[in-house]
Parts: sequence; structure tokens; C-alpha cells
Amino acid sequence: MNIGAPHRAARPGAFTRFSAMFVKEFIQLRRDRVTFATMIMIPLLQIILFGFAINTTPTNLPAAVLMQEHNDITRSVLAALRNTSYFRFVIEAESEAEMDHLIRSGEVLFAVEIPAGFERAIRRGDKPAILVVADATDPVASGTALAALQGTIERSLERDRVIPPNREDVQPFEFRQHRRYNPAGVTRLNIVPGLLGTILTMTMLIFTALSVTREVERGTMESLLAMPISPLELMLGKITPYIFAGAIQAAIIFGCGWFIFSVPLEGDPLLLIGLTLLFITTNLSIGYSFSTVAGNQLQAIQMTFMFFLPSILLSGFMFPFAGMPRWAQWIGEALPMTHYLRIVRGIMLKGASLPDLYREAGLLLLLMLIAMTIAILRFRRTLD
Amino acid sequence: MNGNGAGEYVIDVEGLTKRFGGRAVVHDLTMQVRRGEIYGFLGPNGSGKTTTIRMLCGLLTPDGGRGTCLGYDILTQADLIKPRVGYMTQRFSLYEDLSIRENLEFVARIYGLDKPREAAAEAIEQLGLKGRENQLAGQLSGGWKQRLALGACILPGPDLLLLDEPTAGVDPQARRDFWNEIHGLAADGLTVLVSTHYMDEAERCTRIAYIAYGELLSHGTVEEVIEKAQLATWTVSGPDLHRLAQKLMETDGIDMVAPFGSSLHVSGRDEKRLKAAIRPFQASSEYRWSPSEPTLEDVFIDLMQQSRDNFAEEAVSGGTLS
Repeated sequence: MNIGAPHRAARPGAFTRFSAMFVKEFIQLRRDRVTFATMIMIPLLQIILFGFAINTTPTNLPAAVLMQEHNDITRSVLAALRNTSYFRFVIEAESEAEMDHLIRSGEVLFAVEIPAGFERAIRRGDKPAILVVADATDPVASGTALAALQGTIERSLERDRVIPPNREDVQPFEFRQHRRYNPAGVTRLNIVPGLLGTILTMTMLIFTALSVTREVERGTMESLLAMPISPLELMLGKITPYIFAGAIQAAIIFGCGWFIFSVPLEGDPLLLIGLTLLFITTNLSIGYSFSTVAGNQLQAIQMTFMFFLPSILLSGFMFPFAGMPRWAQWIGEALPMTHYLRIVRGIMLKGASLPDLYREAGLLLLLMLIAMTIAILRFRRTLD
Repeated sequence: MNGNGAGEYVIDVEGLTKRFGGRAVVHDLTMQVRRGEIYGFLGPNGSGKTTTIRMLCGLLTPDGGRGTCLGYDILTQADLIKPRVGYMTQRFSLYEDLSIRENLEFVARIYGLDKPREAAAEAIEQLGLKGRENQLAGQLSGGWKQRLALGACILPGPDLLLLDEPTAGVDPQARRDFWNEIHGLAADGLTVLVSTHYMDEAERCTRIAYIAYGELLSHGTVEEVIEKAQLATWTVSGPDLHRLAQKLMETDGIDMVAPFGSSLHVSGRDEKRLKAAIRPFQASSEYRWSPSEPTLEDVFIDLMQQSRDNFAEEAVSGGTLS
């Protein structure tokens, strides 16, 4: 056998060897369809998605109203607030307790309370106060709306002749703003809980996204499939150790937030721990389901990345959730990070308790079960 | 069948077929393996040995055919087959980043052994791995890896061992030790199906089957397989055998020429035609000709050539039809 010998070059150069590597890599890149697809899809999808979805001066923010008095003036005030396009009144609270709950659970960003005797007070020139409670955990989301409040409303009411035109600095009523939970608008109070979610999402996804593909690539899957273990047992056995890993990570971030950045913990630490473990497990399940879908480790990492980006951008971490278009909010609702962010902000900054958070917790649980179901159904029990 | 494996046959399959991308890798394969047998599975690379073994233990779903393994239906009762079969893959498939002991304890727990630690410790002793139990599996040499893999297969006490080319790339001493082990296990009542390329290993089997291009071409004891082939063989020695072999190959009546050390094995399926074909060559005094018995290897190479010719013809006629 003397294959190739007649073609032997006198002195192969560095460029020949470089091009050999180049051609080989190119062939491999082209052959991996998923990599090729993600190469095209990632920039295209992300740019369109985030270009339209992200809005740093959010409008149509969900608000609740507590009307202690119903008449033309109060209705006009409400309409004027609505007309600023910053507020979208989604619910009318019956009591102050309900109002507090709505803010604490994150269902609304604002709560407007119009006091009893409002009309009479205006007529008497008593300058009554409308209370605007704002959830300031995310200073960006609430800031612009609050800034626009006083002037716009008055002008609008004058135009409608609900109140007499402004006579020399005497305002017929005032807005009393209550920035709750983060009155000074300190960014790190918002960032630290967000980072907790971000870091846990990234690391947990990667841990399990590689777990099945690694078995396949190392060839250990063949033995494993021949053994009497069910897909459910396999999944739970693979996920559980990383719950501990995630708990350690969470403890480190909490510790730093507490000691270095003085982020308060208003709510129940046990509830926070419990729901953090739920969040960790949900991410691990999603990563594991990627692992059962991906053909190799590279694909699994790409899928993780595709999931991670929206988790940062559409969850309300980087940009105000309420400011996104409806479709982007739906995508956000499908991400565990969105719900966890509300939970962490709720417990750490607002002192929320389980009744305030059962919806978010329930959705996390649902996402976890969906991911687990997909993983079990997608798990290939044979080598076919 | 109610799956207690009490029948005469541990493996009893009929018409097994598996296609990958429209190509039949295993075609209409029927075989029976009796309890306590060491059944050799021979055939060239890509002949469907691994695919067949995988179908037997539920790793692949057959596209056609039916059958039982340990009395359980291979199509519907894979979950009942798995706990009682030890499958040793062609490529080492235990965890290279776990130690010998950790690997064995893992296997013991998966199969639900009562005392996994004790079971693993016993296995380490029996395998002669004592003193190495904390070494990572990935650092072991080929022979030791193979011992570990076999140990992991027999640890749960299976009724059937499926060994896919267990001795590939293993030195002769380790190979011999391995086969002694296999015979010991079979003597204890374990049934073994082992695929191999080595002729000497085939001859250590109770019975063998030869498979090529997905079809089972011959089976029985070694003697039966040689007998059935009806091959007449001559041995020739002399100078420049390479050139002689090329000439012989082109001669009608000679079906196979194979170099054998410093001689050639010349075989034909028709004894009379073979004699006629070699007569002109015998005239030369340079070469010494003597009639000989065909070896198992002669038979296999002949079977493979025959089936390759058939396979090629089928492919051609199939091509013209479509």
C-alpha cells in the first residue's frame, strides 16, 4: 500500500497545514445543522424580539384604584390619569388592605387612592390629597410616571373644566406620592435580587443541560439504557445533586447582598429559601429537558443561551416588565426568572408573604412540571 | 410465555429485521440459543452483530420479526429483560471519571442489590482488582478496563450475558484469562452470547453463528459449520506467492485464495472443478501442493465473499428496477 505517496509535496508549508485545519472545521460546522441554524437564528430572532420588546420609558403600567367617593370629579381625575397613557387601571380595590396586597404581590405597580369627601374639599379649597402609591423596587419603571403626574393632570382637568383654571399657584388638590420599598430609588436594591435570579438561571441550566448529552457523547448512555432504570428515576437522580449546588450559590449571593450591599430582607427567610429551591429545581428541569432534546453538548449550550437571553431581557430584570408589549409579556410569563424576580423583590424588599405570591409560586411549579414532562416524553429509551 | 426463562431456549428470535435509513442492517434473522451455551457471533464489521445484540436487550426496537429473550417478549417486555441481562458494550461504557469501586457500587445500586458496598467489594476481590479499587476507570489499561466491564456485567447476577467484541484490543494473556472466566460462568449455568472476530475464540464456543450483511449465513458447532460449507482446500507453498495468488484468483473453479503464513490456502466449493483448476499450476515444480482441511477462517471468508456477491447483485438489480 502506497496511497498518496506519488502526491507527496516536496515541502509542505505552514499555510497548507492551516488550510487543512480550516477546511476540516468548516466541514464540521456546516454538518452540524443545529449550530448552523442557531448561527442564523440567534441574531435574527434576538434583534427583532428585543428591538421591539424593550422600552425604557414604559407606558400603560398596571395600576389599581381605591375610590372612596364616586362622582364626576373623581371619575375625571381617573380619566385624566388614564389619558397620560402611563397608567392602565386594571382593578378597583375595595379597601386599603387589598390595595396593599396588590402592590406587594406585584400585580400592579401603582395604587391610586381618592379619599372620601374629595369633591367637597376641592370646592372648599381645602386642597385634598390624592395618594399615589408606587412600587419603587424597580426605580426605572415607576420613575417617569411619577414625574409626569402633577402638571399633566391639572392641565387636563382644567381643560375639561372640572376644576377652575389655576389661580396664582393655588392648586386645587395635590398628589401625595409614596415610593414604597425603595424610597431613595437605590439601584442595587433592585439589582441584587435580579442578579440572584440571573446567576441561578445560567448555572442551573448549564448543569443539567449537559447531563444527558454528556452520557451520550462519552458512550456511557449505552450501558445506562441497558440497565433497569426508568427515565423518571434517571431524571430525579440527575437533578437532585444540583439542588444542593444551587442552594450554596444562592447562599453566597444572599450573603453578599446582605453584608456588602445591605439589601434588606423584609419578609420571611424560610419562604424565600423554599421558593428559591423551587426556582432552582425549575431551572434544573428546564436544563434537563434541553438535554433530552439536544443532540450534543454544543447544541445543549446553544439552547441554554437562547433561553438565558430572554430571561435577562424580558423578565423585568434589565427593563421594566410592564413597559413591554403584550406579546413580550407573554413570553416573559413563560420564563421562571420573571416569576422568581417578583418573588425575590416581593420577599426581600416588600415583605410579601405566601398569600401575595401564591400565583408566582404556582406558575413556577407549573413550569417545572411542564419541563419535567417534556423531558420524560423526549427521553429516548432506545438507541433508535 | 410468562417470562420465567424456564424454556429450553434463552434466546429464541424469528425473522428479526432492523432498518436504518431504508437499509436493512439486520434482515430476517432467526436464531436460538440454549441455556448454558456459549454462543459465538461472528461476522465482518458492519454485518449487524451489534444491532442484533442491541435488539435482544431492548436498546433497539426491531422493525420486523418477533421473539423472546429469557422468556420475555423482546418487543413488549424490555423492562423485564434488562434486570436479568448483563450487556457489555463494544466501547468501554462505564464512567471513566469514577473509580473502580464507585463504578461497581453504582451498578450494584441500579440493579437493587441488597448490600451494594459489600457486593462491589466482593466483585473487586474476584476480579483481582484489589489494591486498585480507588483508581479511576479512565486510567486503566485496555485489559483491566475489560475486566472491570465484565465484572460490572456479572455483578447483578444476570441469567444472560451479551458480550459485544469483548476482547477487541486486548493482549493474548488477558484474552485467555477472559475466556477461562467465560467458561467458568457458563459452567455455573449462565448463558453467554459473544461476538468476536477471532477464529480461536470462535473455536472456544459451544456453537457459533456467522452473520454477514445482516443475514445469518450459517450456524451450528464449529465442525458442523465447516462441514456444511462443503469446501475443498489445498495448501500450496513456494516462491513469490503473492503473484501466484493473483493468478489463482482469476482462475475459474477457484473461489478463494488466502495467504496463511508462508503458504496459500486455495479453496473451491466444487472439489472436481478445483482439482481441474489447479492442475496447470501443479505442473510447475517450484510449488508444493497438498490437499488440506478447510479452516473455520477459510469457511468464513468464503461465506462472506458469497454473500457479498449476492448482496452486490441484489443492489444492482434493485437499482435497475427503480
